[in-house]
Amino acid sequence: MALTEVHQPSRQDSLDLRPEHSAESPLAVHDVTVAYHRKPVLWDIDFDAPIGKLTAIVGPNGAGKSTLIKASMGLIPLAAGRIEIFGKAIRAQRKLVGYVPQRGSVDWDFPVSALDVVCMGRYRAIGWCKPVTRAHKKAAMECLDRVGMVDFANRQISQLSGGQQQRVFLARALAQDAQLYFMDEPFAGVDAATESAIVDVLRTLRDQGRTVICVHHDLQTIPDYFDHVLLLNMRIVAQGPVAEVFTQENLQKTYGGRLTLLDEASEALARTSSSRTAKK
Amino acid sequence: MSLFLQIDLPAILTGTLAAICCAMLGNFLLLRRQSLLGDAISHTVLPGIVVGFLVFGTRSAGPMLLGAIAAALVAAVLIELVKRYGKLEPGAAMGVVFSVMFALGVLLMERAAARSVDLDAECVLYGQLEDVLWLGPQTIGDLLDPSMWPGFPREALTLLIITVIVALAIMLFFKELRITAFDPELATSLGIHAGTVHFVTTALVAIAAVASFEAVGSILVVAMLVCPAATARMFTDRLATQVLLSVVFAMIAGIGGYVLGAFGPMWVGLEHSLSAAGMMTVVAGALMGLAIVFAPNHGVLAKRWRAVSLSAAIAREDLLAMLYRLEENEAHVALTSGNIRGALGGGIPSRIAVRRAIKRSEINFQAAGAELTDTGRSEARRLVRTHRLWETYLVNELGLRPDHVHATAEQLEHVTSEEMASELREHTTGAIDPHGKPIPD
Repeated sequence: MALTEVHQPSRQDSLDLRPEHSAESPLAVHDVTVAYHRKPVLWDIDFDAPIGKLTAIVGPNGAGKSTLIKASMGLIPLAAGRIEIFGKAIRAQRKLVGYVPQRGSVDWDFPVSALDVVCMGRYRAIGWCKPVTRAHKKAAMECLDRVGMVDFANRQISQLSGGQQQRVFLARALAQDAQLYFMDEPFAGVDAATESAIVDVLRTLRDQGRTVICVHHDLQTIPDYFDHVLLLNMRIVAQGPVAEVFTQENLQKTYGGRLTLLDEASEALARTSSSRTAKK
Repeated sequence: MSLFLQIDLPAILTGTLAAICCAMLGNFLLLRRQSLLGDAISHTVLPGIVVGFLVFGTRSAGPMLLGAIAAALVAAVLIELVKRYGKLEPGAAMGVVFSVMFALGVLLMERAAARSVDLDAECVLYGQLEDVLWLGPQTIGDLLDPSMWPGFPREALTLLIITVIVALAIMLFFKELRITAFDPELATSLGIHAGTVHFVTTALVAIAAVASFEAVGSILVVAMLVCPAATARMFTDRLATQVLLSVVFAMIAGIGGYVLGAFGPMWVGLEHSLSAAGMMTVVAGALMGLAIVFAPNHGVLAKRWRAVSLSAAIAREDLLAMLYRLEENEAHVALTSGNIRGALGGGIPSRIAVRRAIKRSEINFQAAGAELTDTGRSEARRLVRTHRLWETYLVNELGLRPDHVHATAEQLEHVTSEEMASELREHTTGAIDPHGKPIPD
């Protein structure tokens, strides 16, 4: 996979070369490499998310799961390759994309209420410089209702339990009214009630024809919760329907030790480029 | 009157405007946990201001602002370089760069002073608030006389314009400032580029710092970027309220500081007035200190009181349950208030507990000691019931040993709601707890 014959294919070329990629795909990742400080953390990723399905991204720590999500949303630059959302670059498709970041990524002491946070999901619909109107607040309340958090709308967010905070994040994503959702470990550290609330919401989203891509840690629940799975460890180990791909053998390949040779090569690359910058 | 209008009023206006515009921006630095950045900027602009002055030979705002912005950019690049190649953490890198640049500014200023122009190191720290004069107005009516306006002090005018710009920017972009500070990645994914908003905020901080610098000096700028916002945060959990409160605290610091600095020494019989900017900073710090101790929800005292009150609530429940068990065992012990407090662990919580139980007429003291009233008995029965239900549950459902469950049940009984208790009842069978005591209905 690493050695493509055409190194810098034009857009149309690459679509022709890879007939599996379709312009209707909610997320098409074309031969993407992502690097932090010039050290690659994702190698030659090729992936098409199936539309209207729940897809889990699974892999060990440091496999690049969050990186893949962030790169897909255009939050991290790509070292190589191209990513398309419903056939176009992310810049043109932002309104179609919703996001649930890791709970630990924000400061929960921030002086905002649960409702304020959910309203943030409407900011794109509201537009620059315009205030949050009553109609948008009402829409946000409905989203809070869908995750069973209406009673907590006016609480400052640090007064919520971990599971409740996660539900607020989910409500905010619902408020985005997106077609493609990225969720980074929405089930991490939540209580049983929250877990089932999240599962309900995910299934409703799927029934509405929306696509959800979730970083997920709990291997036991994958067959229950998800349709598709992407096994990732710096490169894609396997992808496809859970029934076919989620096998003991593939899991062993994903979790069975680091790719020492690839790791070494990454380190070497990082070294050469840092000595090059030093010379500059 | 004319002394006040010509000397005090312009100084108060200038100081307070500087405080307000720094305070408003300070809210967003505080939320990003980047207050140190404001500190860095306000120090690094000094060499820029001096160079701007040396090059253009004028103290008007334009050239100094250009120099200051150039210096801020140089500082940003230097901080990045020191961080990367000096292997320092960001805070240390900032500290190195801004202190050295500040010192460089002071040295440059000495050169400038040697060429006999009026810039001196003291005004860098405290500003020259006392030199801000509005020569002209004799009466209040004169303030509205257009012929007096050209004499309006330049520093105050510049600050007024910048304060209005900052206030408008915050009102217009409130939503964007909030989301980029709270969740920059979501903001960027929504098309509100966090880096751009951040850059504009930082530029506004630089402009506010430069405009304030000459009049009030670097100390007040640094304090105002942090103190009013941090004080306001102690009083509210809402961002909009926090921003408004920070303006109020900035005004208190500005006006209060000037009055204390100018007239305070007179009141205590001293001759010389104190630095107004210095006193404003002290007032801002004092407000922060008071807020930390006395603020209604987040203050130290309020937190301490909540802890005591909670302990007292638990002690009161323990007291009722204790009396209930004594009645149950037909143990006729004459308990004095002192005995009870001792049994509840003593201290302030136990005192409050006894007082609360009496006030709610749950207990009263007879000749034979403390007794439960009917109200107290029914509350006590509920507590003992919950306790014994928990013991039964822990033994039957979790398989714990009967002699292990008392302490756990003791903790759980205080946090069990009615619903949880009835759910517990459904899970447990029998009317006897693991220790052979009856479970009340």
